[in-house]
Amino acid sequence: MAIFSVYVVNKAGGLIYQLDHYAPRADTEKTFSFPLDLVLRPHDERVVVAFGQRDGIRGPCPRRLFAIGSQLSPEVGSSGIEMLETDTFKLHCFQTLTGIKFMVLADPRQAGIDSLLRKIYEIYSDFALKNPFYSLEMPIRCELFDQNLKLALEVAEKAGPFGPGS
Amino acid sequence: MSRPPGRKQENHKISRELVVLTYGALVAQLCKDYEKDEDVNTCLDRMGYGIGVRLIDDFLARSAVKKCRSYSETADMIAQVAFKMYLGVTPSVSCSSAAGNEFSLILDKNPLVDFVEELPAERASLCYCNLLCGVIRGALEMVHLAADVTFLQDRLKGDAVTEIGITFLRKAEDRKHKRN
Repeated sequence: MAIFSVYVVNKAGGLIYQLDHYAPRADTEKTFSFPLDLVLRPHDERVVVAFGQRDGIRGPCPRRLFAIGSQLSPEVGSSGIEMLETDTFKLHCFQTLTGIKFMVLADPRQAGIDSLLRKIYEIYSDFALKNPFYSLEMPIRCELFDQNLKLALEVAEKAGPFGPGS
Repeated sequence: MSRPPGRKQENHKISRELVVLTYGALVAQLCKDYEKDEDVNTCLDRMGYGIGVRLIDDFLARSAVKKCRSYSETADMIAQVAFKMYLGVTPSVSCSSAAGNEFSLILDKNPLVDFVEELPAERASLCYCNLLCGVIRGALEMVHLAADVTFLQDRLKGDAVTEIGITFLRKAEDRKHKRN
C-alpha cells in the first residue's frame, strides 16, 4: 500500500505544493509535452477515463484535469473530477469551498484517502494559512507543513487497505 | 487540531483574558497611531480582512459544513457555527430586507468588550470591534460572496444592542458554477 504523491493547487490552477512520497520504480525517463492522450471507455455504466500511457509513464496536469473533467461529466453542474481510477493508480481530488484543490495519487488498494484529504486540508489551514509570512496562493514552503503532511501520509499508509473511510 | 509531529494530543487553550487584552492593546495602539476614528476603523477592518481570508479555511476544515444554498443559510452559519466556534457566543439572526440579502446579527454578549465600559469622548465614532466586520467580509469573499459588513448599532456608543449588518452584494444566481 502506498501513497505516491500529494499535490495542492490554488484557485488560479497553479501548483503550489508537490510531494513525491513514493515513486514507483522507473525503467525509462522521457520528456513529454501536454496534453496527454485521454481515452474514454464505458465500464459498469460509468464512464471511465483510461489514461493514455506512453511507455508506462504518466504525468498529472491538475488544471486541465479539472477543466476537462467538468465538461466530460454526464452529470449537470459537475464541479470537476473527484476520483480518477486506472490499473496502476487512483487519483483522488478534494476541492474546498474556497477553491483550493488537494490531490492524492495513491495505490488503487489504498483506503482512507477521503479522510486523508480532509486531514491535509486541516494541515494546510494550520501550518500554511496560520503562518503570517505565507502569502495566499503562493507556493507553500513551510517546514511544519512538510513535516505534518509526511506524518499524516505515514499514518494513512499504515492503515493500509482496511483504513477508515475510502 | 494538528500538532507538531511526535507530540500527543494536548488541550491547547489560551486564556480568554490574554486574547481580550491583546485586542485592547491593538485598538489602543491604533488610537495612538491615527488621529481620526475613521482611520482606526479602516485599519481594524483591513486587519480583520487579513484574518478572515485565512480563518475561513480553518472554519471549513474543522466544521466540515456543506455549501450554503442561500444567503439566509450563510447568515445562520456565521451566527450559529462560526461565532460559536471562535468567540463562544451565538448572535441571533434576522433578515432585514425584502430582497433577502441583508441580515442583522444581534450580539447579546461580546467577549472582546467585556472589560470596556464606554468609548472615550474624543473617540465617539470608533467601532471598537470593527476587526470582526473585516473577518466576516474576508471570509465571505474567499467563498465567492461579496458583502458589506458594518456595525449598525454598538452598546459602547450608547445603543441598546450591538448589531452587525451583513449585506450580500451579488445575486444568488451568480453563485452557480463558481467552482473551477
